[in-house]
Amino acid sequence: MSVDLPGTGGGVEAAPAAAPAAANGRWAGGRATPGASLRDIRPQRRRVWRDRRNTALILLAVGLTMTPVVMILYQITAKGIATMDWGFLTSSMPFSFRREGGGFFNGLVGTGIMVGIASLVSVPLGVLAAVYLVEYGKKNWLAKLIRFFSDVMTGVPSVFVGLFVYTALVIPFGFGALMGAASLAIIMMPIIVRSTEEMLKLVPQELKDAGYALGAAKWQTVVRVVLPSAAPGITTGVMLAVARAAGETAPLILTALGSYQLTAALWGEPISSLTLAIFDGARNPFAAGQARAWAGALELLIIVLIFTVGARVVASRSRIAR
Amino acid sequence: MSEKSPMVQEEGVDMPSPAAVVSRDDAQSRRPPVEQPVFSVRDLSVSYGKNVALKGVTMDIRPRRITAIIGPSGCGKSTLIRCFNRMNELIPGAQVDGQVLYHGEDIYAPGVDPVVVRRHVGMVFQRPNPFPKSIYDNIAFGAKINGYKGDMDELVERSLRRAALWDEVKAKLKKSALDLSGGQQQRLCIARAIAVEPDVILMDEPASALDPIATVRIEDLMQELKRDYSIIIVTHNMQQAARVSDETAFLYTEVDEATSARWGILVEFGKTGRIFTSPRDKRTEDYVSGRFG
Repeated sequence: MSVDLPGTGGGVEAAPAAAPAAANGRWAGGRATPGASLRDIRPQRRRVWRDRRNTALILLAVGLTMTPVVMILYQITAKGIATMDWGFLTSSMPFSFRREGGGFFNGLVGTGIMVGIASLVSVPLGVLAAVYLVEYGKKNWLAKLIRFFSDVMTGVPSVFVGLFVYTALVIPFGFGALMGAASLAIIMMPIIVRSTEEMLKLVPQELKDAGYALGAAKWQTVVRVVLPSAAPGITTGVMLAVARAAGETAPLILTALGSYQLTAALWGEPISSLTLAIFDGARNPFAAGQARAWAGALELLIIVLIFTVGARVVASRSRIAR
Repeated sequence: MSEKSPMVQEEGVDMPSPAAVVSRDDAQSRRPPVEQPVFSVRDLSVSYGKNVALKGVTMDIRPRRITAIIGPSGCGKSTLIRCFNRMNELIPGAQVDGQVLYHGEDIYAPGVDPVVVRRHVGMVFQRPNPFPKSIYDNIAFGAKINGYKGDMDELVERSLRRAALWDEVKAKLKKSALDLSGGQQQRLCIARAIAVEPDVILMDEPASALDPIATVRIEDLMQELKRDYSIIIVTHNMQQAARVSDETAFLYTEVDEATSARWGILVEFGKTGRIFTSPRDKRTEDYVSGRFG
C-alpha cells in the first residue's frame, strides 16, 4: 500500500532539498520552487531567536507591572481576612485603638452617605454637561472652556479640592457629611463629564438621523435615542468615578474629619468614612487598631472591585460597540 | 371661486395647515380633478459652506408614484433627497436656496418647523439604522414622540404587516432589533417610518447595503406602499430605477474648468420608460446605456 507523503510531492517528482535555496540566493532561507515543499525551507535561526527574545521581554514587562498589584492584593487579603468577620462589618469603632473587636460600620455608612450624595449631584450634572458638549456646544467657546476645565480638574490633586471645600464650606458651617460629599462631587464631576462625552460621541449620526426623520425634536432625540444608546458606556464611567470617590482620603480629612460615632447626620458633626477609618487605624501604634485597618482595607478593596467589575460587565454589554 | 381639490388632502393624514387651495373655473372642475404634485421643487440650490452641491433643480413629484433619482457618485442625489424633509439642516454649514413646495406650501418658509415637516415626510436611510431597542419599541418610537393616543399594539402590528415583516418577527417583538438580518432591519426601518403615517417616504439607497434577495423584497414592498404613499428613492442602481420607478430624475455633475468646482444639476426628468428608452439629453443616454457611472 502506498501512501502519499506530504512534502514528497505526492506522485510528482520531489525536488531536491537544496533546490529552493539555489533558486534565489537573495532570499535568506530560500524560496519555494515549483514541485518543492514549503517544508524544505528552513526557518531562519535569527528570526526564530528574535521572536523568542521579544516574547520573553514582553512577558517580563507584564510580570513587572503585575507584581505590585498582586503583592498589594495578597498583603491586604492575607492580613485583612484575619479580622474580617460579620462582627467587623456590622459594628462600629471602639473608642480606644487598643481595644480589640469592633469594626468600621460607621465608616461604611459614612462612605455610603457621602459617595451617594456626591453621585446624586455629580451624575446628573456631569451627564447633562456632556450632552451639552456633544449635542449643543460642539466646538463653541463655552464647550471648549468646559472641556479645558474638566481636563484640568481631572489632574488637580484631591487634597486641593479638600482645601477649597474647607475654606468655602467647613469654615462657615463646620465638618460634616455634606462637606465631604461636596469635595467628592467635585472630584467625580470631570471624570463623568469626559467619559460620558466620549460615549455620546460614539452614538452614530445615523441613529440620530433616524430619530429626526421620525419627527423627533432635538431634545426628544437626545433623551430617547442618544442617552439610551450610550447608557451602558455612561454607566461604566459613572461606576469608575464612584470607585474613585470611595477611595479618596485626603479631601475627606479636611471636610468630613472622621469620627468614632455611628452617625447619619448630614451636617453639624464630623462623620467617618472607610478611608478615614483605615487611615486612623493604620497610623496608631496598637495592634488591634492596625488589624482593623487591614480588614477595612480589604472591605474597601472589595467594594471598589465590585464597582470596577460591574463597570466592565456593563461595558461589555454595550450595544454601540458592535 | 375656489374649491379644495380632493386630491390634495391625503386620506388619514393630518396636514400642518390646510392644503393648497386651488382656484379654477367651472369648466375645469367638471373634468376629472387635476393631479396636484406632492412636491414642487423650484430652482433649488444647496451649498455646504463655500461648496455648491446642487444648482437650480426644478421638478414636480407626483403623488402615489415612485420617483427615482439616479446619477453618478457625487452628483448630489442624497443632497437633493434630504431637501424634502429638511435633513440637510443637520449638517453644519448647509445652506438651501430656492423653494420646495409641499402641497403648495414652502417647507423652507420662515415659521415652518422642520420637525413638523419630518412628521409628514418619512425617511429610510442607506444603512439600516434601527435603534438599539426592541423591535416593538422601534416601531412605537415615532408614535410615542408624536403623542399617538390609539392602541399601540395594533399600530405596531399594522406597521409591521405593511412592511411585510410581521410573520417573521411576531414571536420576538421584545427582542433587540439589532438581532435581525440586514434586510429585516431595513424593512423594520420602513415599518418604523410608516408607523407615523407619513404622506411621503424618502429612501436614500435603501437596498445598497443588502443582498439581492433582500433587495427584491424591498422593491416588492415599495410597489405595495405606493398605493398609499408617494415614494422618492435615490439609487445607484439603474436597473433598480428602471424596475421600480414611475418617474426618473437624472442628475449629473457639472464641473467649472477654471476652479475645478463641481456641483450637481438636474439633467432630465420624466417618465421612467421614456428616460431609459428615448432620453433627450446626450448625458442621460450615455449614463443609462452604461457608458459611464
